[in-house]
Amino acid sequence: MALCFPDTYEIGMSNIGLRILYSIANEMPGVWCERVFAPWGDMEEEMRRAGIPLYALESGDPVSMFDIIAFSLGYEMAYTSVLNMLDLAGVPLRAADRTALTPLVIAGGTCAYNPEPMADFIDLFIVGEGEEVNSELIAVYTEARDKGLSKEEFLRRAAQIPGIYVPSLYTVSYKEDGTIASISPWDGAPYPVLKRIAEDFEKAPYPVQTIIPSTEIVHDRTALELFRGCMRGCRFCQAGFAYRPVRARSAQLLTQQAKEALEFSGYDEMTLASLSTSDYRQLGPLCDALLEYCTPRKVSLSLPSLRADNFSVELMEKVQAVRKTGLTFAPEAGSQRLRDVINKNVTEEDLIETCKIAFEGGWSAVKLYFMLGLPTETDEDVLAIAELSEKVLQTWKKHAKNKSRGVRITVSTSCFVPKPHTPFQWASQVPMEEYRRRVELLRGAIKSRAITYNWHHPETSYIEAVLSRGDRRLGAVLERVQKNGAKLDAWEEYFSFDRWMEAFSALDIDPDFYAGRKRDENEIFPWSVTSVGVTHAFFRKEWEAAHQGVISPDCRVSCTGCGAASLLKGGGRCDE
Amino acid sequence: MSKHRLLFAKTGRAIYISHLDLMRTFQRAFLRAGLHLRHSEGFNPHPIMAFALPLSVGTTSVCELLDFDLLSEPMPEDVVSRLNAALPEGVSVLQAYDSSRKFAEIKWVCVSARLEYDKGLPKDVMARLRAFFAREEVIVPKKTKKGMTDFNITPCIGAFDIRSQSDCELIFEARLSAQNPTLNPALLIQALEIHESELAPDFAAFTRLELLDVELQTFR
Repeated sequence: MALCFPDTYEIGMSNIGLRILYSIANEMPGVWCERVFAPWGDMEEEMRRAGIPLYALESGDPVSMFDIIAFSLGYEMAYTSVLNMLDLAGVPLRAADRTALTPLVIAGGTCAYNPEPMADFIDLFIVGEGEEVNSELIAVYTEARDKGLSKEEFLRRAAQIPGIYVPSLYTVSYKEDGTIASISPWDGAPYPVLKRIAEDFEKAPYPVQTIIPSTEIVHDRTALELFRGCMRGCRFCQAGFAYRPVRARSAQLLTQQAKEALEFSGYDEMTLASLSTSDYRQLGPLCDALLEYCTPRKVSLSLPSLRADNFSVELMEKVQAVRKTGLTFAPEAGSQRLRDVINKNVTEEDLIETCKIAFEGGWSAVKLYFMLGLPTETDEDVLAIAELSEKVLQTWKKHAKNKSRGVRITVSTSCFVPKPHTPFQWASQVPMEEYRRRVELLRGAIKSRAITYNWHHPETSYIEAVLSRGDRRLGAVLERVQKNGAKLDAWEEYFSFDRWMEAFSALDIDPDFYAGRKRDENEIFPWSVTSVGVTHAFFRKEWEAAHQGVISPDCRVSCTGCGAASLLKGGGRCDE
Repeated sequence: MSKHRLLFAKTGRAIYISHLDLMRTFQRAFLRAGLHLRHSEGFNPHPIMAFALPLSVGTTSVCELLDFDLLSEPMPEDVVSRLNAALPEGVSVLQAYDSSRKFAEIKWVCVSARLEYDKGLPKDVMARLRAFFAREEVIVPKKTKKGMTDFNITPCIGAFDIRSQSDCELIFEARLSAQNPTLNPALLIQALEIHESELAPDFAAFTRLELLDVELQTFR
């Protein structure tokens, strides 16, 4: 199996999921799994010039020689890299043009929750977490190959494995207005395809013996995965719903894994990975146990994804005893009203109080992340971002111990992209012009020189919005932009907005239909073919609550009945 | 003061590991080998480790030196085997020993260059190369901290020898000034491209063979 990551080595090797799946596959008897990454443009040029096809890293064997070519799809902007890698491998892009069982082209990852834009190219998708289903799939594949079954017969069998979506077994028909009329499965294929999870997270494999890159990668450190899922329910966040229910590892196991991974790798840096570190129940005891091991060995520990609360700062004080790097918070919206709309349960008091303690403790750099273009956002909400950052500055002026070092407050805004399987899946994205106007409005309102304002350009977010809620008709667009040179679209160096717009126009596809359209309540979505276990009724209830500015409690306070508990055996209880 | 020193080789695919990445690779290898490096004191402690002469990406070497300090003394006897078990393919430790000689005493580095001519060797290439590198003055532009300056490379070439390897390959061996000033062997090729482009190879691969002091004795 060739495990392909549609981005550079430095990005791909930083992905924990890839490392987990790589080690599981290689531990299976009879399976040999190698890694493949997208070459940077200069390397690709040389490869094409010399006629060297895309190859796997371990053996140097051409990717086209592998039985299974598996892609990890974490981000929509990587779709063009998938096509470009297939092209560089000399493998036909369209699934229909690959008639033999080998090579089988499969994909999984967060983007598989809306597989449709890539449906023309991928033989089958793995929906959800791959720990268990990958092995089941490989077993069915091996049997089919040994028995000499046709690709069609194999795909029919594979579709019976829970969590496997075979696009060729579904017919999509459209209404005159362009929306979906029906999605019809054939040959007993399931509808919808329910995602798979690694249910017992304490027993789920975590590779402590991993490949240690000799060149620096983006996350060049040991990463401990505390838990999957998130109990918060921020309404814009796809991961927050797609990875439900929450499943945690014990502090005891994590400490053991940390020691083994550090000893094996020789890393002198470790980070904790999860969607919301502060929500890990045993965070205090875990950090104590980790520090006890790390401090005498000069191993530094970093804690990302902390909430803006007092506990976080106390923890940071402990962890960053010597070096106080910046603090990062993501209030996401400037006003309490809008934070209630998105169900981001952070108050201004929390944030200011946290900053106060941090400034008193000697920190002098704060980064604040926001989104512009959230549903119901008004100019007042935009201006509230400037007010909030000004308040953070005033807090520094009042409470900083050592003012001679100055303060750095960085405000960043990105452009909101509505995502499938979230309460905002019905929402329209604000037009790019409007986003730019709001950026200018905010720029004008930020007066202090101590506050730096960075904003994302909306073009990438617009294309991302088209792809994330796209349907099968976008396959032709992807094919066209790849032919016209698209690859590594997540990189500014390679992204070309004009190339995308040319393809939409040439194929007579209106991108606004995908990005800028508010959906009807009962519209069949392209991603209705998959289910993350959270019900339509729950998402709709949350959509309504958002528009009334009503917050929902997090899972620990009270169960909101989202439906994800049904993914646990016997409809068990979530470990919130 | 005597320091611990490693003599190691960097060959094969490992020649593409950059200097900074090699430092990180060694830091991790020491830890994996169960050898704890002494850290610097101060605000931002880092492991104490120093390479003699940074090696350019793509250059092979069989004479790299690395100084390090261990937390516990003396240095274990099996340092070489422990490190080699922890290092990536292509980086291999040849010796570990104590030395009090300073890297500043390194004066010369012996380099072997394989010059490839895709269309075959140019006519009289060896004689012409000998004449070229025996000139009083061969100027190449060199980037310094202050900007570009003219750099005469010939005083930095202590001795050299050329032999043919095949119809399209030459071996050029030279003793080059290692420090004050440093002559990067790539400049030899650049000089040809500027002044005698007919003699410039299509590809050149370098190997560092030995380090010498001012007395032309092996430096360890």
